Amino acid sequence: MNRRRRVTQKRSGEIARKRLKILLAADKTNSSPEFLEMIKDDIYQVVSRYMDIDSSEIEVGFTKAWPQGGPEYEPAFYASIPIRCLSYKGII
Amino acid sequence: MSEVIVITSGKGGVGKTTTSANIGTGLAMLGMRTALIDTDIGLRNLDVVMGLENRIVYNLVDVVEGNCRMKQALIRDKRYPNLYLLPSAQTRDKSAVNPEQMIKLTEDLKDDFDYILLDCPAGIEQGFRNAIAGADRALVVTTPEVSAIRDADRIIGLLETGDMGQIQLIVNRVRTDMVRRGDMMSVDDVMDILAVPLLGAVPDDESIVISTNQGEPLAGTDTPAGQAYMDICKRLLGEDIPLSIPEAGRGFISRLTGFLKRA
Repeated sequence: MNRRRRVTQKRSGEIARKRLKILLAADKTNSSPEFLEMIKDDIYQVVSRYMDIDSSEIEVGFTKAWPQGGPEYEPAFYASIPIRCLSYKGII
Repeated sequence: MSEVIVITSGKGGVGKTTTSANIGTGLAMLGMRTALIDTDIGLRNLDVVMGLENRIVYNLVDVVEGNCRMKQALIRDKRYPNLYLLPSAQTRDKSAVNPEQMIKLTEDLKDDFDYILLDCPAGIEQGFRNAIAGADRALVVTTPEVSAIRDADRIIGLLETGDMGQIQLIVNRVRTDMVRRGDMMSVDDVMDILAVPLLGAVPDDESIVISTNQGEPLAGTDTPAGQAYMDICKRLLGEDIPLSIPEAGRGFISRLTGFLKRA
């Protein structure tokens, strides 16, 4: 059991290191609900100039990202912005 | 030129008091006139770790409130001629003292001491504010654990916004055997995450428990932690001591050699 854990799982020191990086990124940017709402509003202001989106459907937060597609991940800030209607405003 | 150093961590239980006691003892052994101040009002502990709990008459709050003179409250450690302890009050709370009073207290001590070490309480509230108020330099103690490092990061942020002159890191309770097999963050990992210069790393050493049981700090003794604390003290004095972690053996061989040494 223990041996299988060793083979299949990462070393716990490495897990701790990566968890901390994400945690501190979130702590440092002061990711309070108010802060996230402010970012959401700003994203909406910008993106809604180009696409039809719903401000209530935007999701933001901190997550892991695998920049080179490799096993190493980094803390990342993500925003999920569903497009309501694909009619482009302004451009094209 | 005397220096006021606060020993802080954010999280409780990472070894602030043990670190304060041992750095204080080490500096005194190296000939520095050293005052240890327990700023944890209401939860007095440094006296016990130093083994001086039976000699308390007056305390920090008495000095601040003018119930006694500083000289009456300072306990001289008879084992080390340069070492004094100003104990905390046990029956009062953090609000008994304010940052301005702490600044005055440390200023007053500067005339008589080379080093004034402040053992900071856990947390980021008034006790922390009091302890850092008069300090020129901060030593942030952490252990290689997620929770302790997160709190250390918060404390470092607060110290930086509070314009603390110099901030250095002490990584406590390192288990080289666990780091080697990948089950503990290394000192380099911790430094990399916190981005603060390292003053030293202290191994997780059972002699610390024994020393605390006895009320005798182990700085300078022939133990892995005792050596690590002495190295830290020498670095504080500006000596160029390489950053290595004295290893506290836990394997069979080291236990065997330890046994043979004792026998």
